[in-house]
Amino acid sequence: MNRNTRRALRIRRAVTSGLASVLFTSACGIANLGPGAETPSLPASQPGAHPPPGDPSHFALGRTPTAQEIAAWDIDIMPDGAGLPEGSGTVTDGRALYIQQCKQCHGLEGGGGPFDRLAGRLPDESFPFALDPLAKRTIGNYWPYATTIFDYTRRSMPMNRPGSLGDDDVYALTAYLLYLNDLVAEDATLDRESLPKIVMPAHHRFTPDDRRGGPEIR
Amino acid sequence: MKNDDSSKNADWTRRQILAALAASAGTAVAGVSQAKEIAKDPTKIPGAGASKLGARSNFESPERIAAFGVISGTPLHELHGTLTPSDLHFERHHAGIPSIDPGSHELLIHGLVERPLKLTLADLLRFPAVSRIAFLECSGNLQIDAGEETTPQNLCGLTSQSEWTGVALSTLLREVGLRPNAQWLLAEGSDAAVLSRSIPIEKAMDDAIVAYAQNGEALRPGQGYPIRLFLPGWEGNANVKWLRRIEVSDRAFMTREETSKYSEPIKGGTIRAFSFTMDARSVITTPTYPQSLERGWHEIRGLAWSGRGRITKVEVSVDGGRNWQDARLAGPVLTKAHTRFTLPWKWAGGTAELSSRATDETGYVQPTRRALIDARGAGSIPYHLNPIVSWLVEADGRMLYKAEPWG
Repeated sequence: MNRNTRRALRIRRAVTSGLASVLFTSACGIANLGPGAETPSLPASQPGAHPPPGDPSHFALGRTPTAQEIAAWDIDIMPDGAGLPEGSGTVTDGRALYIQQCKQCHGLEGGGGPFDRLAGRLPDESFPFALDPLAKRTIGNYWPYATTIFDYTRRSMPMNRPGSLGDDDVYALTAYLLYLNDLVAEDATLDRESLPKIVMPAHHRFTPDDRRGGPEIR
Repeated sequence: MKNDDSSKNADWTRRQILAALAASAGTAVAGVSQAKEIAKDPTKIPGAGASKLGARSNFESPERIAAFGVISGTPLHELHGTLTPSDLHFERHHAGIPSIDPGSHELLIHGLVERPLKLTLADLLRFPAVSRIAFLECSGNLQIDAGEETTPQNLCGLTSQSEWTGVALSTLLREVGLRPNAQWLLAEGSDAAVLSRSIPIEKAMDDAIVAYAQNGEALRPGQGYPIRLFLPGWEGNANVKWLRRIEVSDRAFMTREETSKYSEPIKGGTIRAFSFTMDARSVITTPTYPQSLERGWHEIRGLAWSGRGRITKVEVSVDGGRNWQDARLAGPVLTKAHTRFTLPWKWAGGTAELSSRATDETGYVQPTRRALIDARGAGSIPYHLNPIVSWLVEADGRMLYKAEPWG
């Protein structure tokens, strides 16, 4: 069974068990961004749903990719953990990797450098960002999903050697960054089971865009 | 052979021109389009011959501003009409511009589809092509702390307009067959950031394009060569360049680019996510800093655009917003497109303050910066800031940007 099939099964199981709906409605806010699985999304009146007059229903161009081809490119990690690979990493290993590969840009213990500050918590009720242009948005006080740290670090970092980190390394770095933000303990180990269970402090603050045009400024 | 601007080659260039003109069929020399030396009377000396590639006049040198290695801004105040020359189109990249062989590049479409598909560029070129003229704007397109010596390019040069050509994404999604629970798709680039954004299926089916051409030729590398996603009216970052993968899903993917970045804190303690649409906006492009005015007639010119549809009105004030008059809109006024507005104006001396205010077909009126801050909070930066901006005319005719504090 290839990774993609496993993943599809995992998603299907999650949907069947209601896990997806729990995950996506348990906190207000971004849960509202999509109704989740099993809801037909496109009405027949959806623009583009039907070919324009004169077009065939299919052009039969391109080729069917192999499961291996899909798996090789299918690197994204979903907020429920779908896509997370085997492997694990510790805060301790992450600290060593961070000092070697990340500190130069992001500063000692994620405190910021030439590039983004990564560490920093605020009291749970405090969210100064809309009022204070100088407040620093960090993983701990702004990012809504812990899985995004894994996804982004693995695909884009470090900037001079993107994609060079192994899965265990990425788990370790993710663990260390979460530790710096007081979200896991110093002796924590992260893997595909534990990472998606971490609830980020700002998760509930994400809300859909409410701008709609018209006279009101939002 | 390219035109050579270096002075040591001026004579040789001239000899080439003469040789070309002397050749009976004009085949002797190609590639020289301009004489380096300026004729006192161009009607008395034969001009330059044919060339393989055109070039700007030696008197014209519009340039982008390139900053931090990742961003290049369009010289709005040096351009006319509504189409941005391709080499002056703004750019923003997140891990540099990749070098991609179009012969081996493929687009994968998979996920909640009936038939996963891999398409080459050659495949894409065989599908029905669509073209449209539309603006593309970075959602972080306002320098909020700009000083008075600021050009429109410096202030908000991260907006440009092209004719984009490619395959309607709806055509490709019909080809693969969406499953009933398809709600979102991930668009992913093959740059070193492997930049990825979640796009609602409704937009993908409505007017999204997998574009392979810009202004009649293949995309520029900085615009996503060989293919990019183009989403009319939506923030630049979502228009994923160097597109290599589309994964259809029942929910958003929550990538770093749509959570940690490209989201806006809003007063009251929320974060606005998936704020794709660019609200209506306008900016006067001339006269502005660094121009100096002479007394008499001028034309106030600028650009207005909205990600929600057509611009229906642009008003101009020359007295700091006390009085407004309607500017002319140069047609055809296209939806989700830069629209040129103009207003003849006579400067009789004295100070003046020039501002513009756009209205779109939804009835949205471009806000003041105070209205934006009141609605969202002064910390709601740096995305989706579209305030009315103003340009000051000093008593001696010098022009300055009206620098105002943010907050």
